[in-house]
Amino acid sequence: MKTISIRDAVALIPEGATLMIGGFLDVGSPERVIDELVLQIKRNLTVIANDTAMPGVGIGKLVTAGLLRKAIVSHIGLNPETQQQMLAGKLEVELVPQGTLVERIRSCGFGLGGVLTQTGVGTVVEKDKRKMEINGKEYLVETALRADFALVHAFLADYTGNLTYALTARNFNPLMAMAADTVIVTADHIVPVGVIAPDHIATPAPVVDYIVACS
Amino acid sequence: MDAQTIIARRIAQEVRSGMLVNLGIGIPTLVANYVPRDVHVFFQSENGLIGTGPVPNPGMALEMLTDAGGKPVTALPGASAFDSAMSFGLIRGGHLDMAVLGGLQVDEHGLLANWMIPGKMVPGMGGAMDLVTGAKRVVIAMQHTAKGKAKIVRQCSLPLTSVRPVDLIVTELAVITFENGQATLLETAPGVSVNDVLAQTEANLHVTEFVPSMTFTS
Repeated sequence: MKTISIRDAVALIPEGATLMIGGFLDVGSPERVIDELVLQIKRNLTVIANDTAMPGVGIGKLVTAGLLRKAIVSHIGLNPETQQQMLAGKLEVELVPQGTLVERIRSCGFGLGGVLTQTGVGTVVEKDKRKMEINGKEYLVETALRADFALVHAFLADYTGNLTYALTARNFNPLMAMAADTVIVTADHIVPVGVIAPDHIATPAPVVDYIVACS
Repeated sequence: MDAQTIIARRIAQEVRSGMLVNLGIGIPTLVANYVPRDVHVFFQSENGLIGTGPVPNPGMALEMLTDAGGKPVTALPGASAFDSAMSFGLIRGGHLDMAVLGGLQVDEHGLLANWMIPGKMVPGMGGAMDLVTGAKRVVIAMQHTAKGKAKIVRQCSLPLTSVRPVDLIVTELAVITFENGQATLLETAPGVSVNDVLAQTEANLHVTEFVPSMTFTS
C-alpha cells in the first residue's frame, strides 16, 4: 500500500477505464475522487455502482459532466439526467437487480465465474442469459464483473491500509475493494496501526493499493 | 382518513412481533408509523441496516445513517449494519419475513409490475426484483387505480418484477389476497361496497358471500 495525493491517484486512471465506485445514493461514495475525475476531465468511463445518485451529487457529477460511456447500475430513478442521456443514446445503461449486481461484483473478487440466482427469471432481465435447473428450481447464470479500478470510501484506514466502514456508508465498498485490479481508497480518518482491532477490519490491507492522503 | 393512511394502517396489522420486515419507498414507509407499540419488529433498509428507526430530531442526522431512499434515519437499540451482499443474502436467502412494496400493476394471479413504464419512466429495479423473489411474504401497498385506470388487471401490460406472485394487496378500497392463486376480495374499506371495488378492478375478483370491512382499532 502507498499513500498518494488526490491528483496523482486520479492521474493513474486512463480515459475509457472501467471503475467500480462505492456508495448508495452518494452515502459512502469517494466524493474527493469523483470531484478530481471531473477536474481532470476523464472521458468515456464505464461505471459499475449501485446507482447514479442525484444530478450534481456524487456519481451524478460524472453524469452531469458527460464523462460516462456506460453505467452498470441497479437504479437511476433519482437522476433524471441519467435517464435523459440514456433515452438520447448518449449513455448506455445496463440495469441489474441490486442483489445480482452485488453478487456479480463479489464473485469476481472471490475468484468465482459468477452466481446462480432466481432473481430476474421470467422477466426482461433473463434476456440473452443462460438458465440452469437445480433441484427443480430455475436459476439465471449471472457472470462476474471486474473493473480496472475500485474507488472505495472507508470510515477508518490505518497506516498499513486496513479498512473499516461506518453504518450504511459500507454498502458496496468492501466488495468492490476485492474486484478491481487497482484499489484506491479515501477515508474519513487515517489512523495509526492498532486503532482498528483485527476483528473489526472489514477490508485487509493487502487488497488496498493506494490510500489518498488527507488534503 | 386519506388513501395513504388507510393503506398504511391496514398493512401495519400484518406485522407481528419478531418479524424482519422491509418497507419500500413511498406509502410502504408510512407503515412503520402505525405498528402498535407492543409489537417489536425489525425493519431492514436494503442499503445495509436492520433496526431502522424513525427520522432523527432536527440537527441529529448522521450522513452515514440513511434509508434506501437516501434519507436520514436513526438506528434502534439492537440495530446492525452490514454490506450489500449480506443485505441481499438476507432478502434472497429466506430470512426476510415480509416485504412491503409499491405497485404499478398486479394481475389476477398476483404477478407484479412495479419497476418501469417503457419509454416513459425507467428508474431501474433497484432491490425490487430480489425482494419480490426472495421475501417469505410480499405485500403490495398501492392506490386502487391510477388516473381512473385499473391497476389490478387481467394481465400486466408492463414488464414484470418477478414470476413469484405477491401474497396480498392493500389499497384505499380493499384488501385482496392470492392465497389460492386467484385474486380474492378479503375486506373492503369503511364505507366502500363490494360493487365499488368490482367497478374499479379489471381483474376477475373472487368474492365470497360475506366480505367484512377493514377495522382500525389504534
